[in-house]
Amino acid sequence: MKPDELRAPLPPAAVDWVDEAVRQVEADPGAVARLFPRAARACGRAPLAGLPGWTADEAARALLLAALPGDRVAAEAERLYRYGDANEKRAVLRALPLLPIGDAAVPLLHDAIRTNDTRLVGAALGPYAAHLDAATWRQAVLKCVFMGLPLSIVDQLDARADEELRVMLAGLAEERAAAGRPMAPDATGLLNRLSGTALRKEA
Amino acid sequence: MRIFDPHIHMTSRTTDDYERMAAAGVRALVEPAFWLGQPRTSVGSFTDYFDALVGWEPFRASQFGIRHHATIALNPKEANDPRCADVLEVLPRYLEKDRVVAVGEIGYDSMTAEEETAFAAQLQLAIAHELPALVHTPHRDKARGTERSIKVVAESGIEPGRVAIDHLNEVTVRTVKESGCWAGFSIYPDTKMSPPRMVEILKEFGTDRVLVNSAADWGRSDPLLTRETADLMLAQGFTEDDVDLVFWRNPVEFYGQSGKLELEDDQAERGPLFEGNSILRGGS
Repeated sequence: MKPDELRAPLPPAAVDWVDEAVRQVEADPGAVARLFPRAARACGRAPLAGLPGWTADEAARALLLAALPGDRVAAEAERLYRYGDANEKRAVLRALPLLPIGDAAVPLLHDAIRTNDTRLVGAALGPYAAHLDAATWRQAVLKCVFMGLPLSIVDQLDARADEELRVMLAGLAEERAAAGRPMAPDATGLLNRLSGTALRKEA
Repeated sequence: MRIFDPHIHMTSRTTDDYERMAAAGVRALVEPAFWLGQPRTSVGSFTDYFDALVGWEPFRASQFGIRHHATIALNPKEANDPRCADVLEVLPRYLEKDRVVAVGEIGYDSMTAEEETAFAAQLQLAIAHELPALVHTPHRDKARGTERSIKVVAESGIEPGRVAIDHLNEVTVRTVKESGCWAGFSIYPDTKMSPPRMVEILKEFGTDRVLVNSAADWGRSDPLLTRETADLMLAQGFTEDDVDLVFWRNPVEFYGQSGKLELEDDQAERGPLFEGNSILRGGS
């Protein structure tokens, strides 16, 4: 995704604020510390009709991050996440795939996955999660099931789901069955797909 | 009945409390930063605490349909520890947060020079960040501590209507009312202020610029004493509108001066991520 795809769906007043804020960040990258928390008050928090899954504050904050110079963006993203409230942290996580930072922000994903906040765990499993090692990624997917998060938020779910994840899901299914508690249908669906794949491989 | 508890330390409370509060009519609250019983010894413990006040705790509250806001400050007791003095340096970042609606709790504990320096410096932060201020009054030597607090507030240049002076009683209410500051009362099971005494004070001093809170924390306290006081007001002849003024419109007016009070539930707007996630069991 390109910055323009985030800017275009914003309401006009938010576009004006973001354009001015981006100019300030380009002139003085340190200004992002003050502008980033203000973005929600300035641009609102409504979902963007033209960009499903994004809210105005998240898009505005991603544009501020994208305006930072390449040699500072990783360090500023880390600081904004460190001192961010939950919505700011989530906005940093959502913006990561847009930034020229390689795998430098993987520690932020680890922090988010350690929390028990569904907004942060969910945001950590977007496209940037491609940088997560397999063991961490599997644990995070299983955590989504525990937290009641829909697995549709996990980027590349079926492409990355493997035999080890199947074993983990099957174990959970067995525990749930023993306790008389249901497992979420999307998790059961994934387990069935993985089991089907395994059977086909055996055959 | 809708209740806005303008001062309660939810970090120290359980999900049972959230459930009972929601059932009693509590729909919004403000959690001031204060000390945690166990003294902290580094700036890092404060930033982790502030992070919880703007991160985890609002999330926990939202599970019960309660809007959570915070006030952020270096509290007077820990302002005396030189290891914590640098907390003042990190406050500006937190004062810009969406749900931080005042600087607080500031004020005096033992009325030391260190407390006074931190108190005055944080009143200047309130002015710079265009936020109201929440002032704690000391438990010991309360009357003189309250008078001295009013003096520090006056010297700072902050508008008195943007300051609440808290934990008042029969002895200290009059000077605060005369100062133009808001008068805060903390209803406790056996100290500070009780529901019957609170209702008498409301009869004598009126319902204008009054904040009534539970200040419930890790000590013996009760988050439902706001509701109990409201019920007693009705039983003693106050109207539903009086109760709504004291327990909703007054805190909304006071903290609304921050321009950051968000009383509409925005969780529901944020899409499928939140659907079906009621109470977290911490299964991870």
